Amino acid sequence: MKVSELVEKLGLTVYSGQNGLDREISGGYVSDLLSDVMGNASEGMVWITLQVHQNVMAISSLKDLAAVILVNNLEPQENTIGHSNEENIPLLGTNLPAFEIAGKIYQLLV
Amino acid sequence: MKSFRTDLHVHTVLSPCGDLEMSPGNIVLTAIRHGLDIIAITDHNSTKQCETVWKLGQKLGLTVIPGCEITSREEVHSLALFADFDALAVFQEFLDQHLTIISNNTKIFGYQLVVDENENIHEEIDWYLGASLDVSIEEVERKVHELCGIFILAHIDRPRNSIFSQLGFIPPELKVDALQISKLADEKGIREKYSIKPEITLVKFSDAHYPGDLGKTFTLFEMENPTFNELRKALMGEDGRRVHIPEASPKPPPKEGA
Repeated sequence: MKVSELVEKLGLTVYSGQNGLDREISGGYVSDLLSDVMGNASEGMVWITLQVHQNVMAISSLKDLAAVILVNNLEPQENTIGHSNEENIPLLGTNLPAFEIAGKIYQLLV
Repeated sequence: MKSFRTDLHVHTVLSPCGDLEMSPGNIVLTAIRHGLDIIAITDHNSTKQCETVWKLGQKLGLTVIPGCEITSREEVHSLALFADFDALAVFQEFLDQHLTIISNNTKIFGYQLVVDENENIHEEIDWYLGASLDVSIEEVERKVHELCGIFILAHIDRPRNSIFSQLGFIPPELKVDALQISKLADEKGIREKYSIKPEITLVKFSDAHYPGDLGKTFTLFEMENPTFNELRKALMGEDGRRVHIPEASPKPPPKEGA
């Protein structure tokens, strides 16, 4: 599934990184510790988190993730948006908490 | 140039996790007895115990720097140290404005007490001081530097609440005056593990929560006087001042009865 389809199906907000919306999704990962994501997420995953810091995008780029989804209506910091556009990795948002959005994505992907 | 045994990360009874034995009097006396020259009071997200400890330090001959251990919204812990109580008061306003208010459950988190020099309870803080602020680590750093304070990332080698656990790496825009490593960490190993550049100063402090933690872990500050400005110079390596982490913590000097 492409990131754009996920956005459409779940009504996600697209904050930035529109150029990356045709990235293919391989799976998902939920974590708020960036050290953990560095170690355990893999290429093509969508990362569900409440961290809005710009380092989120650096790590997404390092791991070549498909997209980042911010939960609980949290808004990204300005420089996080900047990095998302530079890296062409979509930065998305939902009003749902991590448990619920992860459940919905799991149903769509698996 | 003199060498000062310095521990700039010490909690008091005000920190929920701080032992009830960490009263101002006990801290100052224990620190002196165990050979420390300079300490900083760094409770979680509050500065309210600093002044009493500082006053006792003045009386008994221990330099006490007022400060705080801050939890950013990313749950990164950092230390802020200030030159005077005016700056500290402004910083306390910043904390009051940004701390997430969660009521303290003393059974789970412990007591949060502001006490006077005779250990009378002055105030009990009802909201949990271990909660996070709603501002980023960069905003905390900017506030500390705006108030001419010293900004140090706390226990960077720990698996939680450290810059590396929470954010993976040190954000390039963050202006750190030093990085604190925890008591068992080895300076050389940490520099290699996290690729820390030689120009970034590392310091080792106790993060004391119990009186028994005091005096075992410190950094030697080689400088002229035990003052805030000298501390800053030593951290920056200016005018021949420098800091040095002892290889293994040596025994306290013969300073009994000081």
